Amino acid sequence: MESAITKDDAVITAYRAHGWAYIRGISVLGVLAELTGRVSGCARGKGGSMHMYAPNFYGGNGIVGAQVPLGAGIALSFQYEKKPNVCLTLYGDGAANQGQVFEAYNIAKLWKLPAIFICENNGYGMGTSVNRSSASTDYYTRGDYIPGIWVDGMDVLAVKECTRFAKEYALQHGPVVIDCSTYRYHGHSMSDPGTSYRSRDEIQAVRENRDPITNLKNRLLTKELATEDELKNIEQDVRKHVDEAAAKAQADPELPLEELYNAIIIDPPADMRVRGCDVSILAKTTA
Amino acid sequence: MAALNLRRLISPKALTGCRRSLSTTASCKAQSMTVRDSLNMAMDEEIARDPKVFLMGEEVAEYDGAYKVSKNLWRKYGNSRIKDTPITEMGYAGIAVGAAMAGLRPICEFMTFNFSMQAIDHVINSAAKTYYMSAGTVPVPIVFRGPNGAALGVAAQHSQCFAAWYSHCPGLKVVSPYSSEDCKGLLKSAIRDPNPVVCLENEIMYGVQFEMSDQALDKDFLIPIGKAKIERAGKHITLVSHSKFVGTCLDAANELAGIGVECEVINLRTIRPMDDETIFKSVMKTHHLVTVEGGWPQSGIGAEIVARVIESPAFNYLDAPIIRVTGADVPMPYAKLLEDHALPHPINVTRSVKKVLNIK
Repeated sequence: MESAITKDDAVITAYRAHGWAYIRGISVLGVLAELTGRVSGCARGKGGSMHMYAPNFYGGNGIVGAQVPLGAGIALSFQYEKKPNVCLTLYGDGAANQGQVFEAYNIAKLWKLPAIFICENNGYGMGTSVNRSSASTDYYTRGDYIPGIWVDGMDVLAVKECTRFAKEYALQHGPVVIDCSTYRYHGHSMSDPGTSYRSRDEIQAVRENRDPITNLKNRLLTKELATEDELKNIEQDVRKHVDEAAAKAQADPELPLEELYNAIIIDPPADMRVRGCDVSILAKTTA
Repeated sequence: MAALNLRRLISPKALTGCRRSLSTTASCKAQSMTVRDSLNMAMDEEIARDPKVFLMGEEVAEYDGAYKVSKNLWRKYGNSRIKDTPITEMGYAGIAVGAAMAGLRPICEFMTFNFSMQAIDHVINSAAKTYYMSAGTVPVPIVFRGPNGAALGVAAQHSQCFAAWYSHCPGLKVVSPYSSEDCKGLLKSAIRDPNPVVCLENEIMYGVQFEMSDQALDKDFLIPIGKAKIERAGKHITLVSHSKFVGTCLDAANELAGIGVECEVINLRTIRPMDDETIFKSVMKTHHLVTVEGGWPQSGIGAEIVARVIESPAFNYLDAPIIRVTGADVPMPYAKLLEDHALPHPINVTRSVKKVLNIK
């Protein structure tokens, strides 16, 4: 998707945002150290896993579905300032039934906002399969009066082309919905093994047949666009880079305690004090 | 207002010759203005001043505002600056917050703050907390405004005061203006503030006239957020209030003056950050305190003030316990007599003052 848009377009998504944070310009260290809550994290450890931000990347949002109206609002800002840009607004199959999604669809269509609503359908909202959560699982049709496209989310080139098309469309005609079919190998979060509501066979089958990286790799090799060795080198470089960042993310210091009380509001008056947990703590604060 | 109309009648060419008479005939005398008009003036001026400022909400444009607060703004600025929304609070509040994150300065109107509950996730989780969660990289310069609390004959679902709920949250500023000057100065400050601000107006006050000083009529007139105003100085007891009930306190103070009790009436103006220093200073002078609000008693603004006074050096200056005057602890009834008794009147204040001062 990123390859089909520019740095001046915006992206907003839900909490499964680490890949997007990286793609939108945060370093691997910035992402990993935010997970470990250290100073070198992209939000200095104050946001954590669910709240990573970058230029034209608005998180990282913890409330399911909330990012959808926010994304429409970002699209509004582009329209308002007459910028030729779009906002990719991503949400999962679990969020797709939220009322506020439909409220955002409605205003986006009425006001012809350059919003691209993308449902990442990975088959499960936490532990609930789409069949158990959604009366209609044709998420590309849920926009009703907003045209929708279904795309194989595991096909890298298809997704790129779909996004390219959607941007061109949205800038001329207003919002569009993309239903991006994908899968989630792991559980919902660190505390979910991911096997109480689906079979291991199912997970294995996707890994073997539909993995996007494996399939892209095979394509490159078959078309002789790259050699095994070239691809192996990329993998090794990436692993090394990530391992180094991971080590640093675990070794870097946390924020000093005073930071607890900072960046609550912009331009706090000099005499403003923030209460700590008891009256002996009245902390100074900075923006 | 008079000056503006005069200028339109005089052509630019004639202006130079007429300049002297223009300045004398158009001299701004202090004039009275309704709260509604002062809010209108504030928005008009800020929309003219900053191209990023716009207003959105239900009926704000072609209807001129449900309570006519945004009258004529759509006619003047058009669809790009004044946007009617469908009745979808959660959706449009989220859109407003997203626009603010992306650098615009929306004024998001709730027809009443009762309906803001549908959107409260966006006010708190999307607006108030984002600057902190992003470690100071994503500001949200939005204003949420609309009538709060007491109205007349609209019953329980349309009469709740949200001052306590919104002022609970760090990252949010909450103002609660009383007079026309308050409304103009605070709303302008709120719009210019880079933080998310909730502006709690009051529908019953919309039609009330107040004198506006020359200063208040100026297009750059601002009232600082976070500073209370002493509406009336007094030495026997301090009354602290916000919004409409400042008026209730002033009425009670007039009555009490008749029996020789001089009340100091503090208009909070801002609920968060609360100007407790002004309260402490006053209590240290008068040694007695009564808080007055329209909201419910439990976990209310009065409760917060009492807690702060007790934790402060001002506690040692109290000669009597603090008493709160609040809305009755009931959902707002419809029947007139019942509704009358669900909200404080001067009698509740005078009764409380007498109890605190131990006089009959």
